[in-house]
Amino acid sequence: MSDKKLKNIFTLDLLNIDESGIVTQISHDSNSTRQRLLEMGLTIGTKVQVIRFAPLGDPIEISLRGYRLSLRKNEAHGILIQKD
Amino acid sequence: MLRTFSIIGNPNSGKTTVFNALTGLKQKVGNYPGVTVEKKEGKFILPNGDVANLVDLPGTYSLTAFSPDEKIATDVLLNHINSSSKFEAILCVVDASNIERNLFLLSQIIDLNIPCVVVLNMVDVALKSGITIDEDKLSKQLGVPVVKTIAQSKLGIDKLKETLQNHIFPSKNLRKWKIDSVLQKEHSEISQILQKNNLDESSAFHEATQLLSMPTEELLIHPWLTVDLIKIIRKKHEKLDFLEIDRGSAFINSRYDWIKLVCDISVKKKFTEIKNLSDKVDRILTHKFFGFIFFFGIMTFMFQIMFSWVTIPMNWINLFFNFLGTEISKILPSGQIESLVVDGIIGGVGAVISFLPQIVFLFLFLGILEDSGYMARAAFIMDKVMSKVGLHGKSFIPLLSSFACAIPGIMATRTIENEKDRITTMMIAPLMSCSARIPVYTLMIGAFIPNNSIFGIISLPALILVSLYMLGLLAALVFGFIFKKTLLKGATPLFLIELPQYKMPSLRTLFQIMWERSIIFLKRAGTFILAVSIVLWFLASYPKIENANPSEQLEKSFAGKIGKFIEPSIAPLGFDWKIGIGLVTSILQREVFVSTMGTIYNIEDDSNSSLGEKMRTEINQQTGKPSFSILTAICLLVYYVLAMQCLSTIAVMKRETNGWKWPAIQFSYMTLLAYFVTFLVYRIGVLI
Repeated sequence: MSDKKLKNIFTLDLLNIDESGIVTQISHDSNSTRQRLLEMGLTIGTKVQVIRFAPLGDPIEISLRGYRLSLRKNEAHGILIQKD
Repeated sequence: MLRTFSIIGNPNSGKTTVFNALTGLKQKVGNYPGVTVEKKEGKFILPNGDVANLVDLPGTYSLTAFSPDEKIATDVLLNHINSSSKFEAILCVVDASNIERNLFLLSQIIDLNIPCVVVLNMVDVALKSGITIDEDKLSKQLGVPVVKTIAQSKLGIDKLKETLQNHIFPSKNLRKWKIDSVLQKEHSEISQILQKNNLDESSAFHEATQLLSMPTEELLIHPWLTVDLIKIIRKKHEKLDFLEIDRGSAFINSRYDWIKLVCDISVKKKFTEIKNLSDKVDRILTHKFFGFIFFFGIMTFMFQIMFSWVTIPMNWINLFFNFLGTEISKILPSGQIESLVVDGIIGGVGAVISFLPQIVFLFLFLGILEDSGYMARAAFIMDKVMSKVGLHGKSFIPLLSSFACAIPGIMATRTIENEKDRITTMMIAPLMSCSARIPVYTLMIGAFIPNNSIFGIISLPALILVSLYMLGLLAALVFGFIFKKTLLKGATPLFLIELPQYKMPSLRTLFQIMWERSIIFLKRAGTFILAVSIVLWFLASYPKIENANPSEQLEKSFAGKIGKFIEPSIAPLGFDWKIGIGLVTSILQREVFVSTMGTIYNIEDDSNSSLGEKMRTEINQQTGKPSFSILTAICLLVYYVLAMQCLSTIAVMKRETNGWKWPAIQFSYMTLLAYFVTFLVYRIGVLI
């Protein structure tokens, strides 16, 4: 992987509204958390887009596989995204 | 011939709408044998006249069983082959507008080799988002029949019935996804060992998948693994972990890879990424400022309506019972029987039944919020606030349902995966003002709070009512915080919720909810409240005292003695012995307070004025002042907000937590809380 590509990797909570990217890794320690996120469709290679933040800044609403999912920032922090 | 089917689907897939479209009003709610989960069943007629039974399973995203609800769905499916409630096929409801994630559950069901029909629902919503699905191609890819439906308008339901009637379900295995090659060998070895241990092929396949994905330490707490099996599986875990293979993810990834193949062939997407209506609505409803305005606005609106329009049909019911009482007095000879029927039964039961409109309206309103998709937004908006108390946005929905009744609220906590959060939510749910408190609130507010308006729009009674609800909510948050810090300490669990597209609430679903609730309420009024009313009439009328006026008679009766007996303990709260009678009788059920007062005041005063008026105008014979002051009324309201007076809630708590510990703690803390807060309010009130 080139340096330029690596630099483009963020955790999901750092994306701004309307920014999108591809899931490259789920780095949560807890096995059940990882499984749950994957089951909801956040598998590697899936395209996600940040839609909005809740009125108080947390949780986040994202779009993936044609539907909307909401998750907290600390949960999004364990999801690595390669930004478009 | 009776045939049995079962229905399953993701949350928000329209499963309930499909269920209602098939079965109409022919439904009954019971329990799964041995477990606590509500089991809903309905009947429908197949085109050839056969009767079919349909069993509803809880909505779930997968069969991995994170929450109690999902565990039930999984258990029922896994055991279906041996269990008594055998069904011939399962209807899997798939949301066409969200097909990829919905097919995940389907792929797990196909693994279990259960005959299956895909109900491809909400095709209209999908079409609007630019998604078209070729059902023949999809059916061929999946290997199971696919029926397109728009359950809300009953489209496709006849076709579905036809398919169920005619389709012959093959017994061969239809599993098509491929396990990742690095796991294939380990998986098939475990699967074969399990088959030697009397599991059938498909259950063994499912279990092998679960056993390979779970963390190694969880093998030790597995319910039925033998020591030898644990050894074998642990070795496989070690080997795969050494190769740095993510066991937990590999199977899920493979399933989604297969789903992608299926969708590439059968689903056409016009990628416009349209900013649809739902999004535009959400811009406002989850807006930093307007989001909250709307949220609190809609709550206030609900209470405003409950206190204005809804009181009109309530008056009709009151008039009806007054009329009935007068007419019956004319027919029956004056005496004890007449008193029993008119004062005891009509006075007591009638007082409670007149609240039916408010309760139906409340369930209608919450039903609209749920069915339109707003409830998920409420969790989204409120999550941050809830997390401050250490709770979860998901706890917000059970709490909101507890405004209707704590029992469905407590049952709704089953969607909370974390056990400690679940118990915390259950512990505070009964503090939310439920519909059984409405009769007490309405009676007291109606009688004692002047009907003035503030700023010309909001009426004082409505404002007081909102404050009562807020008081309950506040107490719930405070005690949620306390429980999370003490008895139920634990990490914050996942907040993962789907935000479904907004839709018009289904009239059929709403009607169903109102119907169900009315029946339950009227049944209670006709059985429990009727019985209590008769017993109370007896206690309040005997022993007979010669030549006593009605007030003296009541005071000397059994009920009067009970009231007098507890009077010293409730006097610090500003309550007299008559309220005492009400407090005692309503320990089992809150609304009994109103029927109690109805009976007592009817025995004392047989004029035709309303119960509220009788209470307001009553004069205490010792002091010569009105027995009830506004302060007494407010104290009574505060007491009813906070006290735990509901036998059914205690029973449900016992069932859901599997023991008496939590219900006992709950009953004690709420009773003490109610006593002390009421005491404080009374003391402060006296000073002012």
